[in-house]
Amino acid sequence: MDAAFALNRFGLGARPDEAIPEKPEAWLLEQLDRYDPRPRSWSVQRPSAKIIEESIGLRRAAAEARGKKRQVARRAANRLALDSYNAAVTDRAFAAIETSTPFVERLVHFWANHFAISGEKGSVRQLSGAYEVEAIRPHVLGRFEDMLVAAEQHPAMGLYLDQTRSVGEASPEALRHKKRKTKKKLSIGLNENLGREVMELHTLGAQSGYSQADVTEFARAITGWTVGGYERGPVQDPARLGAFYFHPGLHEPGVRQVLGKSYAQTGEAQGLALLRDFARSPATARHIATKLARHFISDDPPPEVIEHLARTYLSTDGDLPAVYRALVEVGADAAAGTVKFKTPWEWLISSLRAMGLERSDSASFVKQTKVAVLMRDLGQRVWWPGSPAGFADTASNWLSSEGLWSRARIAQDFVGMTGRSPDPRELAAKVLPGSLSDSTREAVGRAESLSNGLALLLMSPEFLRRS
Amino acid sequence: MLTSRRQMMGWAALGAGGLALAPRLALAQTGGEKRFVFIIQRGAADGLNTVIPYADPAYAQLRGSLAIDVADATRLDGTFALHKSLAKVGELYASGQAKFVHAVGLPYLSRSHFNAQNVLECGGRKPYELNSGWVNRLLTLLPPGKGKAVALASAMPMAMRGSMPVMGYQPAQMADPEDELLQRLSGLYQDDPQLHGLWEAAVDVHAEVSDIRTGRSNSKVGTLAGTLLGKRNGARVAMIETSGWDTHNAQNAVLTKSLTILDNLISSLRDALGDAWKDTLVIVATEFGRTAAVNGTGGTDHGTGGLAMVLGGTIQGGQVISDWPGLSPSALYENRDLKPTTALDTIITQALSEHYGWDPEVASQTLFPRT
Repeated sequence: MDAAFALNRFGLGARPDEAIPEKPEAWLLEQLDRYDPRPRSWSVQRPSAKIIEESIGLRRAAAEARGKKRQVARRAANRLALDSYNAAVTDRAFAAIETSTPFVERLVHFWANHFAISGEKGSVRQLSGAYEVEAIRPHVLGRFEDMLVAAEQHPAMGLYLDQTRSVGEASPEALRHKKRKTKKKLSIGLNENLGREVMELHTLGAQSGYSQADVTEFARAITGWTVGGYERGPVQDPARLGAFYFHPGLHEPGVRQVLGKSYAQTGEAQGLALLRDFARSPATARHIATKLARHFISDDPPPEVIEHLARTYLSTDGDLPAVYRALVEVGADAAAGTVKFKTPWEWLISSLRAMGLERSDSASFVKQTKVAVLMRDLGQRVWWPGSPAGFADTASNWLSSEGLWSRARIAQDFVGMTGRSPDPRELAAKVLPGSLSDSTREAVGRAESLSNGLALLLMSPEFLRRS
Repeated sequence: MLTSRRQMMGWAALGAGGLALAPRLALAQTGGEKRFVFIIQRGAADGLNTVIPYADPAYAQLRGSLAIDVADATRLDGTFALHKSLAKVGELYASGQAKFVHAVGLPYLSRSHFNAQNVLECGGRKPYELNSGWVNRLLTLLPPGKGKAVALASAMPMAMRGSMPVMGYQPAQMADPEDELLQRLSGLYQDDPQLHGLWEAAVDVHAEVSDIRTGRSNSKVGTLAGTLLGKRNGARVAMIETSGWDTHNAQNAVLTKSLTILDNLISSLRDALGDAWKDTLVIVATEFGRTAAVNGTGGTDHGTGGLAMVLGGTIQGGQVISDWPGLSPSALYENRDLKPTTALDTIITQALSEHYGWDPEVASQTLFPRT
């Protein structure tokens, strides 16, 4: 494996102030020992429970207030959602820009996109950063199953995929509801949204051969998984405001049949048992292996690589670092001759890394430039893919005229945005070691201005791709 | 004629360095609050087709298809004519408010944009020698409170960086990519089957819209600068960046566009300044000139001697100032470029000293320290 491949395909692009790795494979693997789940950039992220508590308080105040006061309170609640989101996008960007373990940060981005939430709802948007910090980052070097449980039980996921609305049809709450004699009745019942996406997107995969009945049964098994403050029916545990908890009054009683297996557990354990089995399924192994191979090897990954990764996954019981090691081992050979076109996020982060940006001396960048706005202009709103499937990981999705145009507009302004003006001629060799082409070197050297030289470097065909 | 002209104006040969040789520019002492605007032409503007030495017998031959006939230009004097796209600048010249200084050069000769722009903006003897800009150091020479400065640029230009505070103002957020960048990217993507078609489509779609927008936004920059400088207690020093001067290919169309933009910028600046224009000095300069001869792609390449403009209500008398070296083969610098015969920094020092009433020798120590 050469340095350029390690830096760009597995890492997040070179920083000019860091040495070019002499032993690229070793450099990647030792990052697994140095990874910091809570780096400085994420140190101020508030816990999701606190955000939910504050948000519910503001919404309640709005509901109780009248006239202008109501408007003010509602605006404050919206502000909270937007401010939390914008701040978290910046935190995420700087964690990636500053990190010395870019391979693992890339994996964080990969998994956050695998277990995608999306910011259409304010209640979800405000939790984006907390979700990544609480559900993804701690488990990226653990077992898949643990990340799976953390993601599905996180309030952001519960709210995004309507799990907090789901009530077992034969649960105590549903029965009580039926008996109630009120004129306007809220409909109350099962919501399959999370159950389906867990099976289709997070674990087994759509083509793995489960039926609608399997989905329904799994959805029933996880009824009662809710978030304090968003429960249907009476609050079970007021101390759990803003947190995930199991609410027995909402849970569908009985044994569940999923994929030909009976689950007789009661309470929360029933859903957990199913998640555990999903995590250990060969279908999941294949699904995860395919997505990892597509991300690191090529848009159309070779079957033998997928097979190899899936086998590693199964033989280690979903031990993710073992799968990453296998990926690094086969990566360079398997990817020979392939290209990956950078997503807008990858391009922006690698560009800001190339500029040598650091948070400590970027106060004006942080204040004036919202990474969230740049990402919106680039067509890839962070944590906002618009679908639980997350962002696509293939070039066809990101290669477009308008996409290139937006990148050029932003590239032209990097000097202004960052207040940094490194000499692009020196930078070129540092950030594209081994992959800088003669035509790019020439174009950069001939640019009319320093900012155009930098823009050319960051818009060069080799920089637009992960070599 | 050229020879006699040269003898008449024997001053400030490049390298001689003596300020005693610097020309008097005859700036008026107006008594109002002084304004100064520095307009940089990034990319090496072609002086030879901006102020055209039509009387030089070698000009038409060297320039070939790019040569501009005096009949298609505005005659300035018996030797030089002005590109017709600088119509409003031409009116300033006619009313005695513009001087052109031809065959100017920097103390460090380099055909690299970055190196030369660094010398032009920092005022050092070689690239990266100084880490502040001469426009910023100029502010230290102004009375306290009289040196509010603004840079109309997306990033603080090097000439404006230094110990004195300068306000940055970005005229248009997220402007479209500059023409130069578009063209160079087209070149970079040319052999890339994935990027080429997509990029050309993007350029096509945006071309029409951006033509209109560029014209508008450049008038807007001039108006904005004039408004900021015109205000009571407003800015008194400003820097404006222009681009689109690196005309390697099909120069005529590109230069026409860039000069039109510059012309609009200067006239809108004058209009917005109103009465304060009489107290204003504008210097327009670029990092170096372009090759004397046309190249193989209807353009010109990086050269040496260039053109500077000194404009404003403070100027008395239109004039082309030049120790004209001529364009004959033996007169060219390294057999290809207009030879620089006037040090640009002496022109800047002289103009500013007359404008502000400084001793040029003292001012030069701050603006262009040579020790």
